[in-house]
Amino acid sequence: MLDFLKKPIQSLQDFVILAGKAVRNVVRKPHYFDDIAIQADVIGVGSLPIVVLTGFFSGAVMALQMSKALSQYGASGQVGQIVSITLVRELGPVLTALLVSGRNASGIASELGSMKVTEQIDAMRALGTDPVQKLVTPRLIATSAMLPILTILSDFIGLFGGYLMACVLLKLTTSTQYWTTAYRALDFQDVVQGLAKPFIFGIIIALVGCFEGLRTSGGTQGVGRATTAAVVTASVWVFVIDLIITQIFVSMPAW
Amino acid sequence: MASASTDVLRFDNVTVRFDEQPVVDRVSFVLGAGESRIVLGEAGAGKTVLLKTALGLIRPDAGRVYLFGRDITDLKEKELFAVRQQVGILFQEGALFDSQTVEENVAYPLLNQAKRSLSRDDIDGIENKVLRALEFVELGHTLEKFPSELSGGMRRRVGIARATVTEPPLVLYDSPTAGLDPITANTIMALLVKERDIRNTSSIVVTHRYQDGQIMANFRSDGADGKLVPDPGRTDTVFMVMREGRLIFEGSQKELEASPDAYVRKFVRR
Ligand SMILES: Nc1ncnc2c1ncn2[C@@H]1O[C@H](COP(=O)(O)OP(=O)(O)OP(=O)(O)O)[C@@H](O)[C@H]1O
Ligand SMILES: [Mg+2]
Repeated sequence: MLDFLKKPIQSLQDFVILAGKAVRNVVRKPHYFDDIAIQADVIGVGSLPIVVLTGFFSGAVMALQMSKALSQYGASGQVGQIVSITLVRELGPVLTALLVSGRNASGIASELGSMKVTEQIDAMRALGTDPVQKLVTPRLIATSAMLPILTILSDFIGLFGGYLMACVLLKLTTSTQYWTTAYRALDFQDVVQGLAKPFIFGIIIALVGCFEGLRTSGGTQGVGRATTAAVVTASVWVFVIDLIITQIFVSMPAW
Repeated sequence: MASASTDVLRFDNVTVRFDEQPVVDRVSFVLGAGESRIVLGEAGAGKTVLLKTALGLIRPDAGRVYLFGRDITDLKEKELFAVRQQVGILFQEGALFDSQTVEENVAYPLLNQAKRSLSRDDIDGIENKVLRALEFVELGHTLEKFPSELSGGMRRRVGIARATVTEPPLVLYDSPTAGLDPITANTIMALLVKERDIRNTSSIVVTHRYQDGQIMANFRSDGADGKLVPDPGRTDTVFMVMREGRLIFEGSQKELEASPDAYVRKFVRR
């Protein structure tokens, strides 16, 4: 009867198994530090330009949007606060995660997918390496480490974009007021939330990319399908996890 | 069931299914030490799956697989690594790591073994072995090249170097000559014969070309230059024909050529 559920449940199960193996391998030998470094470079440094650009514009556009709403209440001095809260809690982590899943979930899936269809994954196993250890775990470590860093960067650039818009262009408020309200608006909990999110998003993005890549079948066409599936799945999960984490933090008593 | 210790590889009623469909169907055979098996069969007959099952890359749904007398059917992946060190494999499309140079590709199994045994084969030793393996396939000058910069025949030869660099007693070749011109194909077969005769390896050679089997069965390698010379007395080459997962023929070249089976006859050219 529930036959239509069989496939998704099977996939979920496979995903959880892969995730378990990949996480367990973090503390197991052999460690492939070279691969971690290469992936950190690809994911972290490689994503810098796009993260900086979008971070800047999202901060600026936020300030612009808020300028009108806030001035209606005569509260345009609060623009720094609004920009900083939305960026740190929500926009920074989610936007960065979406960009990185577009760039790297797809990159990971297509790389591992082509290795799969050209039997390179089988070759690895035949020659004595565990593909999860060699391919998945380094990507997991690199993504979950780089995404929080990218997010912090994006938050700052966003605040700077907001500052340029609010203080230099629109002259809504003084720069001292902008930066003080922005700083004061954040409590420790916001910072934790703003870092926990990208850390978990990073795990999801890496695992989804690897999962879709490793289960690729059907030649080059299959690689294309895996790449698309990885981006779509990772992006949707980013939103779902975002809601869950936000809910947890909202219902938490203030520290 | 006990298996004689001279058996290199043994399939005992092995079945592999994909989506309920058997692609290797109740296959049994024994590969003895020093023996070569030529596996013929049309596309999709299950030849590649058969080789991968022999290495534990694919797990059988029924039956048992023995490598060097050891039942590997239920071994964990970690335990399989040690067994696989004894087997070299050339994949159908080469399966070279395209992010690595030729040298790194060929060094890969050696580095893995060094890591595993913790006996830290010194780097010089590995470099020498890699160079020797590449010179064996006459590609000593391509160390720094990437697989994408090589021709199909060269890639195949790098694959052979990678499969044999650890000097395994058993080598599996998946379609070593597929898609190559006849001259290059014969060069590759000469390498396989040379490998067999110098190191006395057992092997399974999957191929579409009957001629490849004829070369294995009737020639030996002459000295270091690897020229093929006729060697009519040989009996160490066995032919197998697969059809839709079933092993429908097993026997010598003579028996193969005398087979009345229409499907088998299609692979025999005289
Ligand atoms: N991973 C897989 N998932 C599902 N089916 C598979 C898989 N691998 C192989 N098959 C199926 O098993 C059958 C045998 O495939 P196999 O690759 O062994 O053929 P082959 O004899 O090597 O053919 P060729 O000469 O074209 O290489 C084919 O029908 C193939 O579709
Ligand atoms: Mg095949």
